Amino acid sequence: MLSDDLRGIWYIMLKDLRAYYFKPPNISWGILFPFAFVLAFVIRDAENLDSLVPGLLALTLLFGTSSMEAIVITFERRIGALERLLLAPLRLPALLAGKLLGGMVFGLVTTLVVLIVALVVFGASGVNWLLLILGMILSATAFSAMGVLVSVSVKEVFEAQTLANAFRFPMMFLGGVFVPVTLLPLGLQVVARVLPLTYAVEVLHAAMAGGELPLAILDLAVLSAFAVVFFGFASWVLARQVA
Amino acid sequence: MAEPVPAIEVTGLTKRYGSPQTGLLAVDNIDFGVRRGEVFGFLGPNGAGKTTTIRMLTGLARPTSGQARVLGLDLAHDLPQIKKRIGVVPEASNLYGELTAFNNLIFSMQLYGVPRDERARRADELLERFRLVDKRDVPFARLSRGMKRALTIAAALAHRPEVVFLDEPTTGLDVVSARGLRQTVAGLRKQGVTVFLTTHYLEEAERLCDRIALIVRAQIVTLDTVDGLKARAQGAVAVEVTSDDGAGGTETRRLVGKDVAAGVRAALAEAEWEGRRVLAVNTVQPTLEDAFVQLTGLSADVMRAEKGGRNK
Repeated sequence: MLSDDLRGIWYIMLKDLRAYYFKPPNISWGILFPFAFVLAFVIRDAENLDSLVPGLLALTLLFGTSSMEAIVITFERRIGALERLLLAPLRLPALLAGKLLGGMVFGLVTTLVVLIVALVVFGASGVNWLLLILGMILSATAFSAMGVLVSVSVKEVFEAQTLANAFRFPMMFLGGVFVPVTLLPLGLQVVARVLPLTYAVEVLHAAMAGGELPLAILDLAVLSAFAVVFFGFASWVLARQVA
Repeated sequence: MAEPVPAIEVTGLTKRYGSPQTGLLAVDNIDFGVRRGEVFGFLGPNGAGKTTTIRMLTGLARPTSGQARVLGLDLAHDLPQIKKRIGVVPEASNLYGELTAFNNLIFSMQLYGVPRDERARRADELLERFRLVDKRDVPFARLSRGMKRALTIAAALAHRPEVVFLDEPTTGLDVVSARGLRQTVAGLRKQGVTVFLTTHYLEEAERLCDRIALIVRAQIVTLDTVDGLKARAQGAVAVEVTSDDGAGGTETRRLVGKDVAAGVRAALAEAEWEGRRVLAVNTVQPTLEDAFVQLTGLSADVMRAEKGGRNK
């Protein structure tokens, strides 16, 4: 049964990447999106751009993983294709894991392009590579799991976009991408602590600009917890729908 | 010699959506068995419970109560093993629009664990069998409705299932495509594949099925061979009265009843009342439609009510 699940995860991921993700509009949008943000900041203030890099990487991961992820399952349900996966010999969590991996891989690839550009421009000295890789992978997992949860929770594609944005936009402004969380009013700092983007920005900042390692490890643990909770809840929702 | 394990055994299967008091009883305590290698028809009007039954037997819906075994395996405990050995063609053609015909078949085989070195050969074989060779590299979304249906069936057969569930396979198809799909079903029977076919087309069931269960309002009314069902209507006689239709054409009406003379008298009286000239009166053998009308008490028009708007 495990081999059926693993095979299903792998082929669902490949199918999703081929059918939905690696299409020219998605690739160009996924890469252009963070650069558009950078440009906005250059126009306003070209100083201290390097301090924005961890936040932009986290933001690229957030949008790269969850933009398509949040609509893929809803779309397949709408056209009836999700039934093909539900009929296949694999368990529901394996089906969702295949979906999650598709979003995760796409998010990591687009973020890698942004990372390479950032390293070329600002240099790679002082980068904690292990922390950077772990931070990117766990952030992508948490964000993609969030996309999966959004996708199984709604019926229409436009609802998925709306719900995904309801999560993403507060994160964008409260997650420490543009303004450090410590500079926010206390109430908003509390809100920021329940957002996965906050931990992604923190750990990527620690990996690229130096930071306390124990705190970074705690960030990794919290991102893992977000991934597990989002994914577990999504599996539960889908199982209830099949019943 | 021991009896082979039945393809499907169903006991007391029930599905209720919503609360026990106010919910919808979609399937109500049904029992039936399907033998290996037969084409089993599940015939009933729209909303009778046909699709819900298929959804339960294939793991897409959980039964509220009752038991089912597919290929000797318990639906409640052995679903992943069952899924490997069945193929399902849902009512809507639901392959991936972005993938080509060939890649859709390959993906189906990947999911079901068909060995890598067999996949391309099998996909090409299926494309040839379903006359889709020239559409091999065309995305599913760009195929005609009939081709989409054919490819959806091909995908369900790609891993060589022992039992195939076909849910309203010809709904929405033109006459030529529907005929092609009926030939495919006949071909599956020859290969020894068990076919569970739901339909609301009486002539389709009559032509394809070895045995038929009639389901009406969530309950199975009767289960028999096609000839057995017709025999039940043998006590009755069907009378066809052909008359002019007042517009230069003819019109044939069919009456089924126990009393031939009374039937003929009634038909003639009706024609006279409507001012039509009777051209011919024939008594004919009752058909499955006559049997359906007798056994269910429903009008045959109930079965003709279309879901998808099929071109006749």
